[in-house]
Amino acid sequence: MNLVSVGFFLAIVSLTLVVTFIAAKRTSSAADFYTAGGGLKGWQNGFAIAGDYLSAAAFLGVSGAIALTGFDGFFFSVGYVVANLVLLYVIAEPMRNLGRYTLADMLTARFNEKRIRGVAASGTIIIVILYMIAQLVGAGALIKLLFGIEYWIAVLIVGVMMTTYVLFGGMTATSWVQIIKASLLLFGTGVLATLVLMKFDFSLMKMFDTIATDHGEKFLVPGMKYTSTIDSVSMMMALVLGTSGLPHILMRFFTVKDAKTARSSISWTTWITAIFFSLTIFLGFGALNFVGIDKILAESKAGNTAAPLLANFLGGDVLMAFIGAVAFATILAVVSGLVLTGASAISHDIYGEIIKGGKLTEKQQVVAARTGSISIAIVSIILALFAQNLNVSFLVSFAFCIGASANLPVILYTIYWKKFNSTGAITAMVTGLVSCLVLGAMGPNVWSPVEGAAIFVGNPIVPLAVPAIITIPLGFIAGYLGTVLSSNKVPQEEADRIYKEIRVKANTGISVSDISH
Amino acid sequence: MANISGSKNIESVDYNAIEAMESFNKFVKKKNTFLFSITAIFLTLYILLPILAFQPVLQQKFFGNITGVWVYSAGLFIMTIVLCTVYVKKASSFDKAAAAVLAEYYEKGGK
Repeated sequence: MNLVSVGFFLAIVSLTLVVTFIAAKRTSSAADFYTAGGGLKGWQNGFAIAGDYLSAAAFLGVSGAIALTGFDGFFFSVGYVVANLVLLYVIAEPMRNLGRYTLADMLTARFNEKRIRGVAASGTIIIVILYMIAQLVGAGALIKLLFGIEYWIAVLIVGVMMTTYVLFGGMTATSWVQIIKASLLLFGTGVLATLVLMKFDFSLMKMFDTIATDHGEKFLVPGMKYTSTIDSVSMMMALVLGTSGLPHILMRFFTVKDAKTARSSISWTTWITAIFFSLTIFLGFGALNFVGIDKILAESKAGNTAAPLLANFLGGDVLMAFIGAVAFATILAVVSGLVLTGASAISHDIYGEIIKGGKLTEKQQVVAARTGSISIAIVSIILALFAQNLNVSFLVSFAFCIGASANLPVILYTIYWKKFNSTGAITAMVTGLVSCLVLGAMGPNVWSPVEGAAIFVGNPIVPLAVPAIITIPLGFIAGYLGTVLSSNKVPQEEADRIYKEIRVKANTGISVSDISH
Repeated sequence: MANISGSKNIESVDYNAIEAMESFNKFVKKKNTFLFSITAIFLTLYILLPILAFQPVLQQKFFGNITGVWVYSAGLFIMTIVLCTVYVKKASSFDKAAAAVLAEYYEKGGK
């Protein structure tokens, strides 16, 4: 670890701590803690959502995947970008109009039953933990590589930092850490991409020509990683639909004051992610051409260090240290968002609403939120320490799969389907969640005949890496069958009345604007 | 939102009355038709990528060494930006329609 790296590293740490210190003064109520008091501006929330998208998996993983597998890596970029439209067209505004802190709040606005809240909160906690283990294990390995720190110390550093932001600064600090990180990441990628293009005389044609002649035309078409249409279709479905069901993304819509601001948030996110993911082509092909596959593979089998190695080639130690620091900030920002989301499910949904029946005082809610944050952080750190030697990056795709199969059907039915009932909501969520976990656990990410390629040695029973193509329809069908085969828990008249209320609120935003006035 | 009905401000709104208004239903129908038809279009164009990507049509070279998959992907990026802009424009007209519905409701004597 050289002095420049230490400098950038400390700069990031101190900047984020200053932000947390300022945010802490503004964090006194439960609304401040979970949603920054609903006071974020459109561009701020837009950058923060972009920050959630641009996890280390997206930044380091996608550029590495393009370097190693060509177009197959770029599939991810397309999925992340188009996912914005699903959020914008069918999710963002009704979500803002109906919810308060969590996904469960939005569902219980229609079905006021504890079991609905319990199942939704459990789904959120499972997604958060899966996503977090993948991020923390990746973070530990990356920091070890970039700064030469031991894995367990690296995980602890990240763990302590994320807990500090969330504990003291709540959603305000978490959002600003995301905003800072997204800006740095956009700037860093811009610099790298420009330098790569410069090497090719600013000609896209020349870059593709060089890749085709020096590395082979196989990089220009899919097939190096994905060999079957069904496998890639399934993965792409999980990406585009899963984003709209990820609880830490959904929670971001409650940080703005109304549907109009939620809309402008996603508009910002769309532009930021479209620019960023276009640039991943240059990062990937740049790394392939200037660093070379052998050198990338020597550092990490998944190609996670392709971007920092490219930075080293293009700008020496200083640029590499900068990109390393940006990657570190990326990890910190994403895991903080996850801690906060996990805490909202444990402390608000399970403790506050289910156990205490929503009768906590403002002060008790904040205490509960902080306790929940610490608990989820400790559990994740311990799991990450045990998972050190496992290849767990696929857990992110599991999280997307659960988001698409368990959360998206129930969100859409709740907003748009009059007949939908609470039994249908339960069957949809449980079926989506269980089918993803079971089919995923029988898939090639967990089972491989080659020792060390997956967690267990053996033949996968399910051939799909991401089972979304099966589990998403299952989630929707289960919600439908659960509804038509069961009777309403509340009298039909009451159910109709509530749906009418939901329909008016979702489409006019009347409740939200009345509260803020 | 669980305790929203406990808020005085909200209690006075008669949601059933608004939901029964013709202007409200016309507006929601128009809005949902727009949202779901565009969603169906972009999801179809999107999912065609991993399907066509393995077919000769997108594997052939379009410009120099740039193959069809990259061109199609670039098209999806442009589509995303365009549809995002279209939505924001269209949504402000929906805002006006929603405001008109509420104005009509209050005029009729809703509190």
